[in-house]
Amino acid sequence: MNDLSNKGPVAKPLPHDAALLHVTGKARYIDDIPMPVDCLHLAFGTSPIAKGRIQSMDLSEVKASKGVVAVLTADDLPFTNDVSPSIHDEPLLSDGTVNHVGQPVFLVVATGHNLARAAAKKGKIDYVEETPILTMDEAMAANSRFEDGPRIYTKGDPAAAIDAAPRSVKGTFEIGGQEHFYLEGQAALALPQEGCDMLVSSSTQHPTEIQHKVAEAIGLPMHAVRVETRRMGGGFGGKESQGNALAVSCAIAARHTGKPCKMRYDRDDDMIITGKRHEFRITYRAGFDNDGQLLGVEFHHMTRCGWAQDLSLPVADRAMLHADNAYAIPAIRIESHRLKTNTQSATAYRGFGGPQGMVGIERVMDHIAHDLGLDPVELRKRNYYDAPNNRVRADNTTPYGMEVTDFELHGMTDQLLETSDYAARKAEIAEWNKGQSRLKRGIAFSPVKFGISFTLTHLNQAGALVHVYQDGSVHLNHGGTEMGQGLFQKVAQVAASRFGVGMDVIKITATDTAKVPNTSATAASSGSDLNGMAVKAACDTIRDRMAEFLSERHQCDAKAVKFEDGQVIIGDDVMTFEEAASQCYQGRISLSSTGYYKTPKVKWDRIKGQGRPFFYFSYGAAITEVVVDQLTGENRILRTDILHDAGASLNPDLDIGQVEGAYVQGTGWLTTEELVWDDKGSLRTHAPSTYKIPACSDRPDVFNVDLWDGRNPEDTIYRSKAVGEPPFNLGISTFLALSDAVSAFGDAYPALDAPATAEQVYTTIRRVRDGV
Amino acid sequence: MKKIHVTTTVNNDNVEFLCDPRETLLDVLRDRLNLTGAKEGCGTGDCGACSVTVDGRLVCSCLVLGAEAEGKKIATVEGIAKGEELHPLQHKFIEYAALQCGICTPGILVAAKSLLEKNPDPTETEVRYWLAGNLCRCTGYDKIIRAVMDTAADMREAS
Ligand code: FES
Ligand code: FES
Repeated sequence: MNDLSNKGPVAKPLPHDAALLHVTGKARYIDDIPMPVDCLHLAFGTSPIAKGRIQSMDLSEVKASKGVVAVLTADDLPFTNDVSPSIHDEPLLSDGTVNHVGQPVFLVVATGHNLARAAAKKGKIDYVEETPILTMDEAMAANSRFEDGPRIYTKGDPAAAIDAAPRSVKGTFEIGGQEHFYLEGQAALALPQEGCDMLVSSSTQHPTEIQHKVAEAIGLPMHAVRVETRRMGGGFGGKESQGNALAVSCAIAARHTGKPCKMRYDRDDDMIITGKRHEFRITYRAGFDNDGQLLGVEFHHMTRCGWAQDLSLPVADRAMLHADNAYAIPAIRIESHRLKTNTQSATAYRGFGGPQGMVGIERVMDHIAHDLGLDPVELRKRNYYDAPNNRVRADNTTPYGMEVTDFELHGMTDQLLETSDYAARKAEIAEWNKGQSRLKRGIAFSPVKFGISFTLTHLNQAGALVHVYQDGSVHLNHGGTEMGQGLFQKVAQVAASRFGVGMDVIKITATDTAKVPNTSATAASSGSDLNGMAVKAACDTIRDRMAEFLSERHQCDAKAVKFEDGQVIIGDDVMTFEEAASQCYQGRISLSSTGYYKTPKVKWDRIKGQGRPFFYFSYGAAITEVVVDQLTGENRILRTDILHDAGASLNPDLDIGQVEGAYVQGTGWLTTEELVWDDKGSLRTHAPSTYKIPACSDRPDVFNVDLWDGRNPEDTIYRSKAVGEPPFNLGISTFLALSDAVSAFGDAYPALDAPATAEQVYTTIRRVRDGV
Repeated sequence: MKKIHVTTTVNNDNVEFLCDPRETLLDVLRDRLNLTGAKEGCGTGDCGACSVTVDGRLVCSCLVLGAEAEGKKIATVEGIAKGEELHPLQHKFIEYAALQCGICTPGILVAAKSLLEKNPDPTETEVRYWLAGNLCRCTGYDKIIRAVMDTAADMREAS
């Protein structure tokens, strides 16, 4: 019955489950849900200053503004004033102090969205301004941080190793943050129910967290709050905790007025209020021999966390956990400072700190290759972890003591070098560059090894609820949320395969805290790993019950009952799945089951920095070619080749879509997407007019994306691998290609900072070319 | 403020509505006519999620006033399929998996359809630059471009 050779719909390239709704404009996002006529709309009045105390508040004009029904401040909140996902340090509405420009201070409830926004601008608030801490340097100087001091993970004695090494490099590297720019802004809707119950629809990756925070805010047990999420118009980590404020506001206002309440952020508000990817400054020192073997590396991570803790600790941890990327480093020390500043509270963003850690070591490898004049791919290969079938190193463990047993990159690298024709193109580019003065091309390779599992071990669990109805149709529910990644379809493919039925038999339903409780966020790329397994468990329970009942009736062995092609084969008898369901129902067999899964093997001590935080690693490799213009710094991607490891893919079309989108988003992070705060702490790039995410015209001219023909050695759902975050890191190859192109203008190492905007490329070219 | 009475056609249906003089066409479509296919991604004309056509011309409906629809022909994503029958672009977007979260899809389809009506044989570069005003954060655009190119080829063959 567990025969993998007959996988049914699993591994088929089926379209996204809602594709038909998407192309006809009928897919409903929160703001599209038909509203009761008396629905009220909310908006925040926000702080115009980065730090200070409220001296007096005059909201009379707000209250008098057209359409306003109520105006609430912290004093009006009935219960807890908190929307933090971690340590209760994030008031929904200012508690008298303000800590960043854009912090919500009061809440307007009005009869229309635009009326609420207009009224929110009319607050008259006097602040006693204080000097804000905006930059990482200011925070370091003031010792303004989360946790008592830096976290430090160490392996061996890197300082001694570097001092004794034949060669060394050192440098400092700035890495900008990133706005999620989910195309659907944050949104929530609360409908008051009988008694005091509350039904909340939220564009969230974490319905259980919304339920929890709403329950606290309206003083009810979690059982009185139901949260539903059908889909998001993009999430990328930005809807893991940042939706709390809207959902809680809606619930409080709905409780206060007895009316349905909806809140959505306008794009500017969204960008000014919500957290973004953490900015980093990485300082490094690396020692190596003349062949490029790494002997020791020291990293100093500074990360700007903003004003509240949110998820910053695990984000900064994950950056440390990816400071090795694909390389076996004999001695390494990573010191991480989590700095508290008067800016938006930085939050989860695809990769969750991993990309920042990874780009740090890739920068080091780039620097070493330049120093040695060695081919950067060759250098990387020499330092790779050992493949499982070719162990040479005495020590193949990560800086945190986890043995690397599934390393795929040797084979993947060779395959990609070949399919992309890397060597010949690199030679041709070098030749071409000689004949050019204005334009130079560059090419670069970057590998990815990304750890899969939540580093907070208890989050690695999931639940599902499956019903088979007496007509043989199947209702599927699990704790994962759909944000475009195709999770619902992949999991439905698992369910269809377990029952041996077609996809049309399976009904995908909205994530609902009343169906599956206590779920984790759909994050850490874990969606299909966790929920796929939970759904499999639920389906198998029902299937086993059905098999046992039918085999008794037909006097054969339960193990001989097969579910395939919409039929149930019981010894010599065959019936449709529908008939089988109907017979089981009449035979009083329960056709409903929950399913539960927890990831095995993971165990992690984040203080010591030791253990096995990850169940397994996902791998990827990319080669990007760019051209830059020295007169303007402008640049474009000419060609990209990617080979990515999704294990035995559950759905190759959806997985390739994830890889392509992630690469482009990762490239955006390191190139065009620049967040600029002024010296008062106000974000100046708060709309797509000033914040430039990649557009259709920026896509690589040639874009070849393939999946590695692999299989997860760990027992995951049909041996697949997680695919949401790992390919984001492939964008690092674009950054390195720009560095390569810039290095063609002179002898100095470019030491490019990120994002490598045209301006940044231009000034770096000048430095490399003219030494200025 | 006095409301304005507007008579127009939307997807070939005659429509009348009252709107505030400052209300955008996007808000009218979504809030008054229950046509929620056009989305608000920015409200400032920079993302294309709200794309519709007015008398055949591609516009960002967040930058057009509802009152400007008077006497015009408005077409939205809801009108692209003829009843149950999908437009070739819609088929190809599904076939090519040219969508993920799907919230950019209505705007991109409206824009792509308007391109193909003007230019049935666009080059890849023309497609890329025509759609440069339609942001998609999920897909990385490759499948979108391929879907549009392939639709154009099919439609040329069919005509
Ligand atoms: S909402 Fe109209 S262009 Fe973005
Ligand atoms: S599919 Fe999500 S924005 Fe395009």
